[in-house]
Amino acid sequence: MDYNAQLLMSLPELVLGAGGILLMLVAAWGGQASTRAVSLAAVAVLIGAGIALGGPASSGGEAFDGLYRADMFAAFAKALVYVAAGVSILIAPGFFQRTSGDDLRPEYPVLILFSAAGMGLMVSAGDLITLYVGLELQSLAAYVLASFMRRDARSAEAGLKYFVLGALASGILLYGISLVYGFSGTTLYAGIADAYAQGSSTGLLFGLVFVFAGLAFKISAVPFHMWTPDVYEGAPTPVTAFFASAPKVAAMAMAVRVAMEAMGPAVEQWRQIVVFAALASIILGSVAAIGQSNIKRLLAYSSIANVGFALIGLVAGSEAGVASVLFYMAVYIVMTLGSFLIVLQMRGADGQQVETIDSLAGMSRTRPGLALALAVFMFSLAGVPPFLGFFAKFAVFDAAVGAKLYLLAAVGIAASVIGAYYYLRVVKTMYFDEPAPAFEGRAGLVEGSLIFASAVVISFGMLLLPWLSGWTTAAAHSLF
Amino acid sequence: MIQVLAFYLFAAVVIASAALTILSRNPVHAVLWLIMAFFNAAGLMLLAGAEFIAMLLVIVYVGAVAVLFLFVVMMLDIDFAELRAGVVRYAAVGAALAVALAAEIVIAVGAWQAGGLSLGRRLAPVDAETPNIEAIGKLLYSRYLLAFEAAGLVLLVAMIGAIVLTHRQRGDVHRQKVGRQVRRRAKDAVRKTNPTVGQGVEL
Repeated sequence: MDYNAQLLMSLPELVLGAGGILLMLVAAWGGQASTRAVSLAAVAVLIGAGIALGGPASSGGEAFDGLYRADMFAAFAKALVYVAAGVSILIAPGFFQRTSGDDLRPEYPVLILFSAAGMGLMVSAGDLITLYVGLELQSLAAYVLASFMRRDARSAEAGLKYFVLGALASGILLYGISLVYGFSGTTLYAGIADAYAQGSSTGLLFGLVFVFAGLAFKISAVPFHMWTPDVYEGAPTPVTAFFASAPKVAAMAMAVRVAMEAMGPAVEQWRQIVVFAALASIILGSVAAIGQSNIKRLLAYSSIANVGFALIGLVAGSEAGVASVLFYMAVYIVMTLGSFLIVLQMRGADGQQVETIDSLAGMSRTRPGLALALAVFMFSLAGVPPFLGFFAKFAVFDAAVGAKLYLLAAVGIAASVIGAYYYLRVVKTMYFDEPAPAFEGRAGLVEGSLIFASAVVISFGMLLLPWLSGWTTAAAHSLF
Repeated sequence: MIQVLAFYLFAAVVIASAALTILSRNPVHAVLWLIMAFFNAAGLMLLAGAEFIAMLLVIVYVGAVAVLFLFVVMMLDIDFAELRAGVVRYAAVGAALAVALAAEIVIAVGAWQAGGLSLGRRLAPVDAETPNIEAIGKLLYSRYLLAFEAAGLVLLVAMIGAIVLTHRQRGDVHRQKVGRQVRRRAKDAVRKTNPTVGQGVEL
C-alpha cells in the first residue's frame, strides 16, 4: 500500500498535529495577544479533523502494517473526543478572565490539540507501540494542562499528583506491554491474540494483568482511582471538564480495543479483572460521593462510578456490549460537560469561582434556568427514565444480561440506586433549601448555548436513539 | 586479528576507566572517566556489529547524559570530607547491595547457560546483509512512521510544557533592545543649551 493512502487514513491526526505546530508558531510570535485567535483557530482545526473522519479515516481499514486502524470504532471515539476538546477550548477564556492570577495563554488550545492527536492514536492503535506513544502524547499534555494556573497552589498540586501517579501507571502499563511482547514475540494486536489463543502462559497472564492495571488507571477505575478527586478538584475547571470527558472516552475505547482485539481469546482471564474493577468503581464512586461538599469532587466520584457502568458493557464482551460502552461514553460526556459548564457559572460576589454544593442552595429561585439544566443532568446521571442517561445504563445492563451475567447486572443496578442519592441531593439542595446568595454574572453566549444544547440533548435524546444506536452498532461491528 | 586486538584494547580501557570512575576522589574526574568508559563501550558495540547502539551510546550517553552529570557535579557545592564521613555508617547497606548484585550476576550467568526462555513467534527475522542502522531506518520510516512522528510530537509537547510551566514575563527587568539603540540619533539624546550666568540650568 502506498504512503498516500496510508497517510490519508491517519488524516485526522495529521491535521491535528500540523495544526498544533502551526498555531504554536502563531502563539510564539503573537504572544499573549493571540490567545483568542489561536483558540478559535484550534476549534477550527478540531472541526477540520472531524471532517477528515468522514473519509478513509473511518473506513480505510489497516494502515502501516496494522499499527493503525482506521475503522468506524476509532472514528466514533474520535468524534466524541473532538467535541469534548472543542468545548474545553471554548469555555476556557471566560473562566480565566474571571479568576484572578494566571491568564489564559495561547498554549492552552495548542496543548489540547496535541492531546487530541494523542487520543486519536490511542483509539486507532492496532499495536502496543502506537498505543503507548499516543497515550504518552495525551498524558504529557494533560499533566501540563492540570497545572496551567501556575500561581494556584491547588493547580500545581493537581499537576504534580497527576504527573507522578500517571508516570507510575505508564510504568506499570509498559511493564505489562514488555511482558506481553516478550512472551508473544510481537506487539501487534492480531499477533498477541494468536499467542493468547494458543493457550496462556504465566508470562502472558502477568502481562495481561499489568496491562489492565495500567489501563484501569487511565480510565480511573477502582482500585486505581485515587488521583481522580484531587486532580479534578485542583485543576482549572475547563481542564477538569476536559479530563472528565475526552481522555476518559479515549482510554475507554483503547481499553475496549485491547480487550477485544489483542486479548480477545483470553476473555475468561480479563473478565475477572474487569468485573472487579466495574463493581468496585460503581460502589466506591457511589458511596464515597455521598460525603463530598465540593461539586468538582462530587463529579470526580461520579465519573469513577460512570466508568464502572461502562465497564459492565465491556464485561459482556459481545458486540452489543461494545456498542453499549460506546453509547454510554457518548451520553456520559454530554452529561459531564453540561455539569461542568454549570460549575463554571457558579461564582460568588467578587466574581471568583465557588465550588461548594451548599452554594447551590435555592438556585431554582435565583437562577431557574441554570437550576433546571443542572437538575436535568443530575437526573440523567442518576439514570431516571425520560433522560438519555437512563437509556445508556439500560444498554449496558441489557448487554450484561444478554451475556448471562445476571449477578453483575443485579449488583450494578443496586449500586446505581445508592448513586442516585447524591445526585438527587444536589437537586434537593437547589429546589428545596433556603436560598444562598445568588451567583453573580450571566452565562456568556457560548457557554449559555452549550448548556442549552446539552440539556436539550439529554432531555429529548430518546428521539435520537435510532441514529445513536445505529452508529454505535456499526462502530462496535468493526471490532468483530 | 585486528578485531581481537581492538576488542582487548576497548575492553581493557572500559574496565580501567570504569574502575577509575569509582576510585577517583574528584567527582568531575569521575564523570570524565565515565565518558571515557562510554566511548570505549561504543567501540565494543561497533565490534559486535551493532553500529546503531554504538552511536546511541555516544550521542545519548556521552552527548547528553554525561554532560548533564558534569554540569550538575560542577554546580554542586560538595563537601568531600562530609561525604567520606558517611562511608562507615552506610557500609552495611552498601555491602548488602553488593552481595545482592553479585548473587544476581551469578544467577544471570547460570540462567544464561541453561538456555533462553521459550518465546512465541518472532516478528522480524534478522537479515545479516543489511547494516542495522539501515534496517532500523527502513522500519522507522515505513512501518513505524506514524509512531515515530508522534514520538516527535511527544518531545515537542514536553518542551512546550516545560516552557509554559516555568517561563514568566517579568516586569522589573530592563531588556536590551538593540533596534532601539541603533535607531537612536544624537538629536534625540543631546540637547544644546546656553545657560546664562546665575540663572542655573533646567534639567
